[in-house]
Amino acid sequence: MAATQEEIVAGLADIVNEIAGIPVEDVQLDKSFTDDLDVDSLSMVEVVVAAEERFDVKIPDEDVKNLKTVGDATAYILKNQD
Amino acid sequence: MSPTNRTVVVTGIGATTPLGGDAASTWEGLVAGKSGVRALEQEWAAESAVRIAAQIAVEPSEIIPRPQARRLDRSAQFALIAAKEAWADAGFTERAGEGAAEGESPAVDPDRLGTVIASGIGGVTTLLDQYDVMKEKGVRRVSPHTVPMLMPNSPSANVGLLVGARAGVHTPVSACASGAEAIGYAIEMIRTGRADVVVAGGTEAAIHPLPIAAFGNMMAMSKNNENPEGASRPYDTGRDGFVMGEGSGVIVLESAEHAAARGARVYAEAVGQGISADGHDIVQPEPEGRGISAALRNLLAATDLDPAEIVHVNAHATSTPAGDVAELKALRNVFGDDVDHMAVSATKSMTGHLLGGAGGVETVATVLALYHRVAPPTINVEDLDPEADADIVRGEARKLPVDGRIAALNDSFGFGGHNVVLAFRSV
Repeated sequence: MAATQEEIVAGLADIVNEIAGIPVEDVQLDKSFTDDLDVDSLSMVEVVVAAEERFDVKIPDEDVKNLKTVGDATAYILKNQD
Repeated sequence: MSPTNRTVVVTGIGATTPLGGDAASTWEGLVAGKSGVRALEQEWAAESAVRIAAQIAVEPSEIIPRPQARRLDRSAQFALIAAKEAWADAGFTERAGEGAAEGESPAVDPDRLGTVIASGIGGVTTLLDQYDVMKEKGVRRVSPHTVPMLMPNSPSANVGLLVGARAGVHTPVSACASGAEAIGYAIEMIRTGRADVVVAGGTEAAIHPLPIAAFGNMMAMSKNNENPEGASRPYDTGRDGFVMGEGSGVIVLESAEHAAARGARVYAEAVGQGISADGHDIVQPEPEGRGISAALRNLLAATDLDPAEIVHVNAHATSTPAGDVAELKALRNVFGDDVDHMAVSATKSMTGHLLGGAGGVETVATVLALYHRVAPPTINVEDLDPEADADIVRGEARKLPVDGRIAALNDSFGFGGHNVVLAFRSV
């Protein structure tokens, strides 16, 4: 069953917390991975791989650069999840 | 004094070792003659011919936050812990170039600050763990941090970022001489005017089934699994190889002028180094210690060190049958009767052999021996090898002369025939 927007944001919050140590409540739709959440380009790859696994979605490398905010990633996953 | 032949001093020390999580507790353990060697409890160890090692006393996970730790190899974690301690111990409260009040210059100019941190093997556990991840979970799951974690210069680079070093970040690699070579390189950076302050030392984290199997199959390691604390026994007739240790030792080196200008405490003068190569065998030490003798002669030629002032030697002595004696032969060969006033300590009897970290940790031990005027013991010498023709500090620590200028050597040798001797002197 496909995840809801709330479930995706919560899942991304867990992932960002694990990888960058940011408190889950700080991971909101408008937050930028790089500027607000301490996720640099290498850590972004980790976020993407963890998200792929968690939400059963494929995020090709060429799409990763478009995922600037938690909202971008959430919308991408909502649209592309199986 | 010419700016290209400057005096170098030690102003900060830091360590994390099998004896303690900092330099003070490590020193306490050394002086007390404590062994850091224990049985390996990991599941893989049951299959291993070698089931003992000197593991770190304080796990880095207790100190470094997880988001930072997960992108650092264990060897870099050790180095960062030791470097942070050394940096603070030297009296620095900020990164280089930062923290100065308006109109004042910072305590250290980043363009005059370097790091030289070495490791013998580099991020071997990261490499092997990520290979396991790839085999078990697939290519996509290999961590994007793998390369910056496993590269051997990673500890030096990460310490460079920690302190804000821009004069140069280096990583000499010479197996078990790496840590000492790093410190020698750092001394030269300051002596020749390339830097005013250099954070230098060694680190190693190789307690993993593959390196243990590999060293074990070379017949280089002790298999005295029944008696972990007694397994590392340099100079004892029953020695059967080294015991692997892990950890890091780091010092802050500084030009004497720079240290004086900021009123820094000085532990010792870093007199200089002597380097040579055996040209004999890829792993076997040259049995007469000819290469080591050459390193000692090079040290005397390059510095104003007087053999009469050397009262202590922190020997390389790893507890292997051939190596321990070859080193003592070299000391006798070069110093003659002067060897009789050198208290020789093999601290690997307590810390195990930290490979590329050994030169760092043993430099910390050597500098503290001069500073406190105490030579730590060599433990487990029950039946002294009759070929050990030197004054071995056996069993208990020994006081060094309380008056006058005294000097000490720290020897480190590595597979490949690398010989590095560092000299320090009281101030």
